[in-house]
Formats: sequence, structure tokens, C-alpha cells
Amino acid sequence: MFDTKPPLLEMQGISMHFGPTKALDSVDFTCEPGEVHAVLGENGAGKSTLMKLIAGVLQPNHGVLRVDGKEVSLGSPKAALRLGLVCMFQELSLVPDLTVRENLLLGAPGAGLGWLNSEGLSKAQEVLNRIGGENIKMAARVADLTLPQRQQVEIAKAIMKKPRLLILDEATSALNASVVEKVFELVREERDAGTAVLFISHRFHEIEALADRVSIFRNGQRVATFMNGEHDYGEIIDLMVGQKIEELFPQKMPVLNDAEVVLEVLNFSWDTQVKDVSLSVRRGQIVGLGGLDGQGQAAFLMGLFGLLRKTDGMTSIAGTRIEIASPKAAKHQNVALAFIPEDRKTEGLILDQSIQENLELAALGRSDLDAGDAALYASSLEQLALKHGGFGLPVSSLSGGNQQKVVLSKWLALKPRCLLLADPTRGIDVKTKTQIYAILRQLADQGTAIVLLSTDYEELIQLCDETHVFFDGAVVASLSGDELTPQNIIAATLNMSAQVEADRA
Amino acid sequence: MLRQISIDSLMPYFGVVVLIIVGSFFFPQILSADYLTQQLQIAAFLGLLATGATIVILLGHIDLSVPWILTGAAILSTALVGSGNPVLNVLAVPAALAFGACIGVVNGIGVAILRIPSMVWTLAVNSMLLGVAVLNTGGFNPKGESSTLMVTMASGDVLGLPISFLIWIAISIALALFLVRTPFGRYLRSIGFNEKATFLSGVSTPSVVFAAFAIAGMCSALGGVMLAGYANQAYQSMGDPFLLPTIAAVVIGGTSILGGRGGLFGTIGGALFITLLTSILSVMQIDDAWRNIIFGVIILAMLLFQTLRKGATV
Amino acid sequence: MLNYMRSNRREVIAGFVLVTLLATYLGTHPRGASTYVMTIWANQCLILGLAACAQFFAVVVRGIDLSVGAVMALTNCIASYLLDGSALGIAFGMVAVVAAGAFCGLVNGLIIVFGRIQPIVVTLATASIFVGLALLLRPTPGGAVNYDLADAMTLDLLGIPTALILTTIAVVGFWLPFRRTGLGLGLYALGSSEQAAFQSGIDTRFIRLAAFTLAGLFGGLAGLFYSFVTTTGDAGIAAGFTLNSIAAVVLGGVLLRGGVGTLVGALAGAFILKTIASLMFFSGIPSLAQPLFEGLILAAAIAIGSADILRARNKLEVFG
Repeated sequence: MFDTKPPLLEMQGISMHFGPTKALDSVDFTCEPGEVHAVLGENGAGKSTLMKLIAGVLQPNHGVLRVDGKEVSLGSPKAALRLGLVCMFQELSLVPDLTVRENLLLGAPGAGLGWLNSEGLSKAQEVLNRIGGENIKMAARVADLTLPQRQQVEIAKAIMKKPRLLILDEATSALNASVVEKVFELVREERDAGTAVLFISHRFHEIEALADRVSIFRNGQRVATFMNGEHDYGEIIDLMVGQKIEELFPQKMPVLNDAEVVLEVLNFSWDTQVKDVSLSVRRGQIVGLGGLDGQGQAAFLMGLFGLLRKTDGMTSIAGTRIEIASPKAAKHQNVALAFIPEDRKTEGLILDQSIQENLELAALGRSDLDAGDAALYASSLEQLALKHGGFGLPVSSLSGGNQQKVVLSKWLALKPRCLLLADPTRGIDVKTKTQIYAILRQLADQGTAIVLLSTDYEELIQLCDETHVFFDGAVVASLSGDELTPQNIIAATLNMSAQVEADRA
Repeated sequence: MLRQISIDSLMPYFGVVVLIIVGSFFFPQILSADYLTQQLQIAAFLGLLATGATIVILLGHIDLSVPWILTGAAILSTALVGSGNPVLNVLAVPAALAFGACIGVVNGIGVAILRIPSMVWTLAVNSMLLGVAVLNTGGFNPKGESSTLMVTMASGDVLGLPISFLIWIAISIALALFLVRTPFGRYLRSIGFNEKATFLSGVSTPSVVFAAFAIAGMCSALGGVMLAGYANQAYQSMGDPFLLPTIAAVVIGGTSILGGRGGLFGTIGGALFITLLTSILSVMQIDDAWRNIIFGVIILAMLLFQTLRKGATV
Repeated sequence: MLNYMRSNRREVIAGFVLVTLLATYLGTHPRGASTYVMTIWANQCLILGLAACAQFFAVVVRGIDLSVGAVMALTNCIASYLLDGSALGIAFGMVAVVAAGAFCGLVNGLIIVFGRIQPIVVTLATASIFVGLALLLRPTPGGAVNYDLADAMTLDLLGIPTALILTTIAVVGFWLPFRRTGLGLGLYALGSSEQAAFQSGIDTRFIRLAAFTLAGLFGGLAGLFYSFVTTTGDAGIAAGFTLNSIAAVVLGGVLLRGGVGTLVGALAGAFILKTIASLMFFSGIPSLAQPLFEGLILAAAIAIGSADILRARNKLEVFG
């Protein structure tokens, strides 16, 4: 290629720091029209910061941004949009109280403070139809949509702006495979029409399927850029983490069939969302809960922790039947449940408070523990290798992975008999993941019963001793030992076995 | 306690010093012990209300029922004393405090159980209290008188210091210790920052909300009892002029109106500052209009200074 | 239609309550549904209605305006100087009064946006300043407003109270078109999710500034109309209107957390509050019990509006 034209976007010597932490350290990065450029890296590697700089949400401390060779400063998302730099954010940029239509109008090209024009709407509708969103009503409030639907709207909103550079930051994380394929087709079309696409995803196979070029970030620096296919999965992981990871998952230990049953649930039902679920967890066992989003597994976990009203069924801890009415009751030493909620930023932590205060919050209400005793947290913090600049700093100063370590340590201080986790590794870097896997396995070996809700098949297979797959509120498959295969889990997730039997009948 | 002493919370104290120095330049009598102890005495009324308001604001809420809890407590206590019955005379102050606590719990129920925004619910409670008071007193100033105890609490002094000031400081210290030493204090701030995460950490958040509003109600009631002692009577709408200065005192003391951040140390300074400012403006015989304007401008200036200082460090 | 009612449930309920109350009021009024009765009722309603509109613009962007009453007091005092004399002078005066209100709102907005201070605290302080200025103008109530103009604004046109016509103009001539502009949409976006609005390329600072300026402008309109009704300037009217304007927007289905509610709802809430008060006056309830009943009705209305929350089956839902 003898392309003498300047690249669509060029970043030179970009640095960005938040207080003492360097998110980006003199990064050079370019983006050509007509290519899909994938950006890979652990959480905290600087990918999201990079995207926010391009989208005008943040401004760099140092460095130059050029669009078409001309130096620009992007003071706000508005300025970026004017140049055709469109970002589909990981944290969705849709306004919850407005309708789909209004949200689309809000950022429509040429929308100002005056009369709204609805020209772009037909284009947006067309995009929605193409990516399986034809059921999304224009008059529906965004707050009433499901997460996948919101992502579809977000995609339509981005495309209708006729981007020159389209950033997809975890844009398809909640979409199922067939919709993802449709989205990819659309993205390829945009690319072929000359749009530059920046693509961030945690799903490696998506990168493989879509990317032309791949850049890898680590610790705020770009460590490699290469054509897709030049390196295999293992090499890429090595580049991302900076060291070889031979074993992601710890060795499973055989659970004795006569081990004490710690948690037993019989015929648990709630509303229409959880239907007649029964399961038991023995000492030393890690039990997985799988299924697509919103099949009742998350509600089931909440119910166990006393967050739901009017549940039916029977719960026993160590053979004693109990009613758990609230989280306060659940953490009492006689029950000793712990729950790691799905959203660590709004449910697991109080971001404005210090690491110390967050660690102590759960132990404070236990009469048998002295929450101020550092020894309660020391061992788990050490094993998880929490990286921090002092316990007095706000927990918001930590990266996502380290925040999750604080949540875990906060609850492990209570020495729970049974630990409930709602997708604890979502959006977390590989290294922290392995640390979390190791501590979960070790806890299990020491006798803790663990219930792990996960959207990651690998976790359900490699980490769990038994996995229950939810579909439409009920457990449709309970797999253990040799049955724990990706094929079986995927089939159960889509409730295919039932389908097959129905077809046979 | 020491941790609470941030630069924000020192601001009003600094302001007090500036006010005294600048004021004494025009009116030397401001430096007299008499004048200053009198200010401490008067500041105690606003200070007690602001102490209660701080607790609620730390929680991330606001209590607009202060005026009529105050008035109600004053009417109740003076009526009990005025009955002439010695038993009721003794019960006057405890009854008023119990009244404040009850209304506080009513506030708490609306906020924690019905999830009504505190700004609206406490406003509604305030207007119901007003209604009850009007119905009972016929819209006239209520009959009754203050007991010796009430008068002493408001106007007595020990070792040259006003008793009202000592009561205020004692309660502030007791509450500040309570906030630092017990889980309650931690829960209060945690809820102020993020109620959901606090609940998920196994905290009975409604109980904390009840307790906080009850404490605030008792503080307002005590303020009412002492004001009645000061004026030797209760009167309609005696609490109305206190609502906004109370909030201003808390905010000037460095407590964030959004909850979680701040503390009682700053509130003491805030109450002193506002009392002194009001007093000096009236000593200088500035008319009502300019007093309002200067009052607003100074509060704005102090708040702007707080945020600009933060803006410089971030 | 059913869809409309479902998506505007709060406004529909408020409207229904208003109609019921009004029917009861007119039914129990000794003089019945005469133009005279309607006119007095509508004037009282519109004063608070405009104050509620002012509050609405602050609340919809997740703010609150404690200076609504103070802006009314100030503009009322200004009006008591400017609304007399030549026709041209009066016309200029009306514009000046409303502009003064908008300017007060702009000041609020500038301090909130550039000083980065919570609206509740800013407006608490500026309210004190505005009342001070009003007191400078009118230490004691006084002044005059051109009677012909006041009559034209507060009586009736062909039997329809002028206040109701003005209300209709505010809704049809201003609100409905406004809701279809980028600014109107931006207010909701900002109140519902500032982050999302910002990332959608909206100038959040400008929108917030505009919202508070509009709040001031409607505060000015409320002060102006108040002047027509009372024909004097009085600096002491602030306190009651501020708190009632908050109560009115809440009754009208505007959520204090921002992003939800309409100007029509705010007006309906104000009309409901005033109708309750008028109803009390003629209801035969002893006058001393009336404040209590007003308080009870307000509390009950708010509590019933929140009763939904008790049915939530997931305890996390209540944290919103």
C-alpha cells in the first residue's frame, strides 16, 4: 500500500493520569479508514481511557490528536461528534426516562436546541430491523427495555450518526450469538464503505471474527500492533498479561459424597421469575449457576440472601431450616451467608468511602467480630494481592479488579459458611480472575460451600464441581463430572434438550 | 473526632474570627465579654437545631419539619407548666423531647418505608403539625409559661458561660462521639453515600433512618423548649425564621448536602458564624433589606470558596 | 388513548383528582359555578401554577429552586413601580419584570454551573439576596398597578376566566411546542441521566443554565400575575410560595429525582392544592381545623402516591 493520505485518526505521545495513577503513558496510536482495529488489554490497561479521549469525554494531559492530519482538541463529546468520531459506550449512553425515539433524536446529526428533526429515524429503524431489534417499540421507555435491547438501540443510535470513526466498546456484551453476527455484518458493511472501526471486546472469538488489525495494551502502553491472525490465543494472552499463564484454573479436588450439606434449598419459587428450584451444596463444593441473562438465576441468589419478598420453598443451613428475611439476617453468625453482588460499583462498594471503611462495613454488624481488627482482612487481601496506595484512600481510586478484591475480602472477613457470588469476574482482567479462582478453590477446600453464578462457560466447567443451568426460571440441567462440557451447557442454556424431546414426541 | 476537622469545617471558625476583628473595628463593644457570651447563648438555639439537621443531612436527607417540631415542643412544654400541676411541670421537658422523637419517627417512616423524598414528606409533616397547633391554640399565642428549669437552661450561666451554650456543646460532643465510636455513625455516612450497598452489607437501613430522624426531632424539640425558656412563652411560628439558617449553618460547616461527608465540628462553627453575622448586622443597625442581601452574599462567598479550593487541588 | 394514559399515568391521575375537587368545590360553593367564583378560583390557582412551573424547570433537571418565592417577591415589587402610566411604559414594564425574573434565574444557574454548588444551597442563599432587594424596593407593601390592565388580566373574557385562558396559552403556545425542541428534550435527558446526556453530545452546562433561567422567567411571570391580582408590591410573600411550589410539582407527578413529569402536571398540582384550600373555605369545616385538613390531605396524597413501593417484591427495587 502506498497510502500517502494521513490516517483518519492519529494520536501521538498521549498521556493521561488520574492523580498518581497513570492510565495512559505516551501512547502512539493510529486508525485508518476502512479497517476494523481491535484493541485488547486487561482491565486497567488503558483501553477505556483511550476511547474516552477519542470520544471527547476526557482530555489528555499530554500529547496530540490529529484527525485527517489536522491537530484537533476534543473538549466535549459534542466536538468529537462534529468530527464524525462516534462512540458506543460500555456504560450505555441512553437516557433511561426518555423513549427510544427521543433517545435517537437526542444525538441525531444536526440536532441542536431548536426543532427536532426526525430525518435520521428511518435509518435507525432500518438498523434496528437488521440487527434483530424489530420488536423494539419507538415509544417504549428505555428504562423498560432489557439490556440486550438497549445495546441494540445504542448501536442504531451510533450508526445513524453516519460515523467516520465508530468505536464499539464492549458493544455486544449482552447480545446472543445470532444477533452478534448480524451486528458484525453491519459493521463490516460500514467498514467497506470507508468507516474506521475501533473494536473492544473481551470475547476473543469475536475479535478473531471481526478484526483486521489488533493492538494490545498493557499498563497504559501500547505493547504490540499486528494483523489479525499473526498471533494465536496463547501468545495474545501472554502479551496482554505480560507473563505466561499456564494454568488459569486451579486443580479441582474430589468432593466426598458424604460431606456435610451446608446449604439445601427445596422448591424455591418467586414471582414468575424463579420456578421450583431445588439444590444442595456440600462442604468444599463449588456449585455453578449458568444460563442466559435473566433466566432467574440472579433472582434465585438474591432470594437466598433475603432480598426478595414472598418467596416459597424451604431453605436449610447445616440441616437447620431457616427463614432469611434480610441481608442482616443472612450475615448473622448462625446463618453466615455472604453475597457478592453483580454490580460492585453500586451494590458491592461505597465508592466515596475509604478502602478501610468498605472492608469493615459487613463485619460491623456482627457481635462476634471486631470489625476494626486488621487481622480479619489480612489473609484474604494478601492472597488476592490487593494493589493500593493506602487503606485510607477512597475505594474509587482502585482499578476494577482491585475493587472486586475489596468486596471479596469484606465478606470473607465474616468467615461465611456459604458464599454466594453473582458473576464476580465480569469485566475483570485475566490476572485478577486467576487470583479469584485460586481463593475460591482454596476456600472450598477449607470447607466453605460456594454458589457461583457465571456467564462464562469456562468457569462453569473448569471451576465448578456441579453446574445447574437455568432457563425461564427453572433448572433445566444439573451437570457434573464428565457431563460438564461446553456442548452440554450451551444446549441446556438454550433449553435444547427439552426442544429435542418435544420434537420426538 | 479529629478526623472531622477538615479545612472546610474550619472555615466558619475563621469567618467568626474575621467577623469579630472587622466588627470590632467599627464597634469596639463587640470585643466585650458580655457581648460575646450573649452570642454564645443565642447561638445555642440555632446550634441545637443545626446539630440535629447535620445528622439528617449526613444521611443524605433533609428535615423541613424543624420549625413546627420546635414550635410544637415549645407549646407543649409551656402548656404543661402552665397547667400549674407540679407533676406536669416536671414532665414538661421530657414530654417535649418525646414529642420530638415521635415526630422524628413519623418522618423516618415516610422516608424509609414509603420512600417519599424527605424534602416532601417532612414538609407535609410540618404542615400537619402546623394544623394541629392552630387547632389547639385557636391561632392565638398559646397560654402557658416556662418552668424555672426551662428558663435556667436558656438563660442561666455557670462560671461565666451560658448554660444553653454548655448544653449545646455537651450534646454535640456526645453525638460526635456516638457517630465515631458506634456502628451507627458509620452506617449513617454509608447510607448518605450509597444506601443500596449499605443495605446489601447486611445493615438494617430503615432503623438507622428512624434513629437519625428521631435524634434530629429531639434536637429540634430541645431547641424549642429552650427558646420558650428564653422568651418565657411559646408563640405561633416561632420556628419559621430558623429553618433556612439551620441548613445554612450545616452547609457552611462543610457538611455536604448530598450526604456522607462532613460532621458536627463544622456545624458548631457554622452556627456560631451565622449567629454572629446576624447579630453584628443588627448591631450596625443595617436595615432588614441589606441584612438579607449581605447574609446571602456571605453564604455564597463561603460556599464558592469551598468549591474553588477543591477545584484547585483536584 | 389507553397507551397515552398509561405512559402519562401521573398526569392523568392528577387531572382526574383536579376535576373531582373542582366539581365538589363548585357544587358546595354558595354561589355555584358562576363566572365570578370561577375567576377568583382561577386567579389563585394560576399564581401558584406559575410558581409551580418555575419549580418544575429546576426539578426536571434534578435540581430544586428555593428562590421561587423570592423571585416572585422581587418581581412583584418591581412591577409595583413599573406597571402604571403610559401604555408604552406599561408594556415595557411587563417585559422588564419578566426579564428581571429570568435574570435572577440566570444568576442562580451561573453559580450552580460554574461554582459547582448544589442548587438547593445556592438558591437558599440567593433567595435571601432577592428578598433583600425586594425589601429595598418596598420596605412596606405599597405601589400600584394600572387597574384597567389588572382587570383585563384577572377578570374574564366572554365568561371564561382570563387566568384559564392564560393557562391554556402557557400549555398550548409554549409547553407543547417547547417539548418538541432539542432544548426541551435536553432538560429531560439531563435530569434523567447527566452522564448519558453528556455522552450523547449534549452541552449539559448550557442546558442546566437554561433550565434555571426558565425557572426564573416563570418566577417572574408568577410575580407579574400576582401583581395583577393584588395590585400592590409586597416583599413578604416569598416563604409560602416556595414551599407550596414544591408540594405542587410533587402532587402533579413530577419526580424530585429529575427527568420525569411535565409542565401540565406541575400546573395541575398547583390547581389541586389551591382548590383544596378553596374547598376548605366553604366546606363548613371549622376554620381552625382547616390548616390541619390541608396538611392531612397533602400528606395523604403524597403517601398514597408512594404506596406502590410497598408492593415491590424485590427489596432492591426501592433504592431506585
